[in-house]
Amino acid sequence: MADIAVHEAVTSHDDHGAAGHGSITGISNNKLAMWLFLGSECLLFGGLISTYMLYRGRHGSGVGPAQLFDIPLTSVSSFVLLMSSLTMVMAVNSAKRKDDRNTNLWLTVTALLGSLFVGAQVYEFTSFYHEGVGFTTSLFSSSFFTLTGFHGVHVSIGVIMLLAMVAIISRNKVAGDKAEVVEMIGLYWHFVDVVWVVIFTLVYLIPA
Amino acid sequence: MSAVTEHAEQDEHAGHHAHGGEEPHVPKDSYFIKVALWLALLTALETSTYWIHLGGFATPALLIMMTIKFFMIVMIFMHLKFDNKLFSLMFYIGLGLAIFVYCVALSTFQFFAR
Repeated sequence: MADIAVHEAVTSHDDHGAAGHGSITGISNNKLAMWLFLGSECLLFGGLISTYMLYRGRHGSGVGPAQLFDIPLTSVSSFVLLMSSLTMVMAVNSAKRKDDRNTNLWLTVTALLGSLFVGAQVYEFTSFYHEGVGFTTSLFSSSFFTLTGFHGVHVSIGVIMLLAMVAIISRNKVAGDKAEVVEMIGLYWHFVDVVWVVIFTLVYLIPA
Repeated sequence: MSAVTEHAEQDEHAGHHAHGGEEPHVPKDSYFIKVALWLALLTALETSTYWIHLGGFATPALLIMMTIKFFMIVMIFMHLKFDNKLFSLMFYIGLGLAIFVYCVALSTFQFFAR
């Protein structure tokens, strides 16, 4: 029995070492790497937003932002994404309480809200295309589709990560600290939301 | 058996510190719901500027509301307010560089446009 206890203690120590105790800084290396990644993502979206701001007036005599955007639809989808941040926080808190049932429930709700947002974006893109605004129509349309498309891809990746997490938790196959893994996905999800807060204001609400 | 119990206690103790040296104080769910309601209110106010014309006041008001929402999410939902300062540093360096790149790009193009 003592051997088993010692063995478990050693393996447990290794797991927690990966989550912070074994690192030089005393903080989780995984979490630090995630924040570093999010910092680099700021540069990516900063560049895309800058490009859109430069080209948003370059649509010639064609359809521009004022005629194209459906603000009520985008407002609803923004609200949906914002609320998904709340459900993600609930999932993280449930994971910290080691409540797997509620963690899975909130992760699933977050994934559904994210899917709803992506669906609204697909609808928006389709309606723009039917109005004659494609990717190569003008500099405005190219920069708009690139910026919002990149964001949409990030949301889609987030949805896949959330659903994968639900499956992994259901099978009880989480490697390392479960709460930390959920928290990392949460950080990515909140970042995607925070980028949309900026895009919604700068692209949709502030007139060109 | 006592070794197992002792190990379980140590494990529990270690779990509390798994997120980085010191376990951050994280508020209860009700606090996050209140924050989400404030964010929803701010979004409603932002959206209302589409129908209520504020003239020259609209853009600064929208930028201020956007900044408040941004930092509410980053500080509270992403736990930067409660977490280790090194995480804040990593994120704000990226954010600062992004804003710098944005300013340089816009001013450069403005310069060449003249």
